[in-house]
Amino acid sequence: MATLEAAYGRLRDQLRDLRRVAGHVIAGPALWVLFAVLAVYSAVNPDTRQLFVVGVVVGSIYALGSMGLTLTYGILKFGNFAHGDMMMLGGYFAFFALTGQILGERGDIEASWGLDSLPAATDGIAGLSFGYGLIIATVVAVAAMSALSLGIDRAVYRTLRRRKSGIVIFSIASLGVAIAARSVILIFWGPDPRVFVSGIHPAKSLPFDITLKADQMFILGAAVTLTILVSLLLYRTKLGKAMRAMSDNPDLARISGINTERIIRWTWIIGSTLVAIAGVLLALQSQLNPQLGFVILLPLFASAILGGVGSPAGALVGAMIVGISQEVSIDYFAPGYKPGVAFVILIFILLLRPNGLFGAKA
Amino acid sequence: MKVVLEARGIVSGYDEVEILHGVSVSVHEGEMVAVIGPNGAGKSTLLRAIFGLLPVRSGAVFLQGEEVTNLQPDRLVGKGLGYVPQVENVFPTLTISENLEMGGFVRRDGVGQRLDQVYDLFPDLAGRRQEKAGRLSGGQRQMLALARALMLDPQVLLLDEPSASLSPKMVGTLFERIGEINKSGTAILLVEQNAREALSLCHRGYVLAMGLNRLEGEARGLLDNEEVGKLYLGA
Repeated sequence: MATLEAAYGRLRDQLRDLRRVAGHVIAGPALWVLFAVLAVYSAVNPDTRQLFVVGVVVGSIYALGSMGLTLTYGILKFGNFAHGDMMMLGGYFAFFALTGQILGERGDIEASWGLDSLPAATDGIAGLSFGYGLIIATVVAVAAMSALSLGIDRAVYRTLRRRKSGIVIFSIASLGVAIAARSVILIFWGPDPRVFVSGIHPAKSLPFDITLKADQMFILGAAVTLTILVSLLLYRTKLGKAMRAMSDNPDLARISGINTERIIRWTWIIGSTLVAIAGVLLALQSQLNPQLGFVILLPLFASAILGGVGSPAGALVGAMIVGISQEVSIDYFAPGYKPGVAFVILIFILLLRPNGLFGAKA
Repeated sequence: MKVVLEARGIVSGYDEVEILHGVSVSVHEGEMVAVIGPNGAGKSTLLRAIFGLLPVRSGAVFLQGEEVTNLQPDRLVGKGLGYVPQVENVFPTLTISENLEMGGFVRRDGVGQRLDQVYDLFPDLAGRRQEKAGRLSGGQRQMLALARALMLDPQVLLLDEPSASLSPKMVGTLFERIGEINKSGTAILLVEQNAREALSLCHRGYVLAMGLNRLEGEARGLLDNEEVGKLYLGA
């Protein structure tokens, strides 16, 4: 009897090992093939081709968001739940810099200044819906978000670091920051959605029955450019290498003489830059909406995990997969299920390939 | 000979647990000093306390005459102290060349020249500069860890059990390399389990036990010491 039980135990262990190995060896390439087939199918199928293209645009925004997420995760070692709401707040900052509008006791008050009062600041450039005013407003938002993030780090996260708090405490604290950011939006700009530029902007017809707005092409271009810039930063500059070193082993980074607090400050600045730009682009693609920050958090996490936490190129690919899957799913399910699609992808990845498609270290 | 590193009456430990109850060691210019002792004697704790990784509760650390007690590691490396931890002492996803660059992070004048010198010392690393450190074998990793700490050309190098988990052949090569580093002028404070090998390489030695100094003296003398032989050398 005892020998039978032992044999059963051994068999069970072997099966478990086999499943683990199979998971590693098969799941990676199999998922790649699966995603590639689905992407090509949806791009070729005339019914979903337009959705595919929109998915690429949405994926671009997710890419910027999840790249910031992956950076803060790598250096600070916690999932920042405030990322989506901070993105939205960045969008609102740009809105404020552009229009000077803020919610008063009886509706909006408009400040006497605002970048849109500069000459020709809102005239569309090359078919875009916005002019140079929004570009300057984005720069203002980047600066404001960087300063705000540094302040939050000093007040909240640095205190936790000094107490050597666990990762869960950090994440819950970031949830608090998320709620605070959303409340700031509600207090200053109210619950109603807002847009940078109102009016109708016709889409351009492209070959293969695709229509795309100039703004959407701009979003795609911005995402690809920023992905390249972040990769160059991480792999070609001293600061970027120190960031990767810290992500690898913070203690050894300190021992090597790297001032880790300084690297953390730079990480917040770079992360906030991506956050603010992603927020502005998100508002261009859809609108400024206080609830959107939390809705977008799930696809951002799905993209970052899919791409393997810590890799900007991975975040781009992961974001494209999530964005395209969500948009193409509209052809099959009601659009209300879009967040569900991100959820399903996230669960599958965590089950089959927890280190991401690229197999980076967790 | 001038004393380059001195720790006086160090009391330190983790949280509530006091591990060192007043340990003193000193290293002279160009000297190689071994710290040996049984498991739990506080050898690694001593290095961590000297390097500012653990708070020194009582006692003092002097680097070239200047008091540096409880100074943060990034300040200490600037003052000429280097430290190689026992484990996790390379950045696995960084290439060999990036690991060395990080070792020289605080250098203002760039790492180029020093990089060449360090590659000369470790020719086996020079041939694989673009390889990720995570792919190296245990022995090569220890070489890279040493090389990383040498990037700042430290006055004193603290080595925490460099031979742990290496094959006997690799231990020989590694100790040979450590000897070369010492001959080039770097003073070394070496914590070792491999007491016999460490003592035969070093000038002087300290024996720690239960967080206190037990014995000290010329390495040769310690090797021949009956008590040391019985307790730590398995003679």
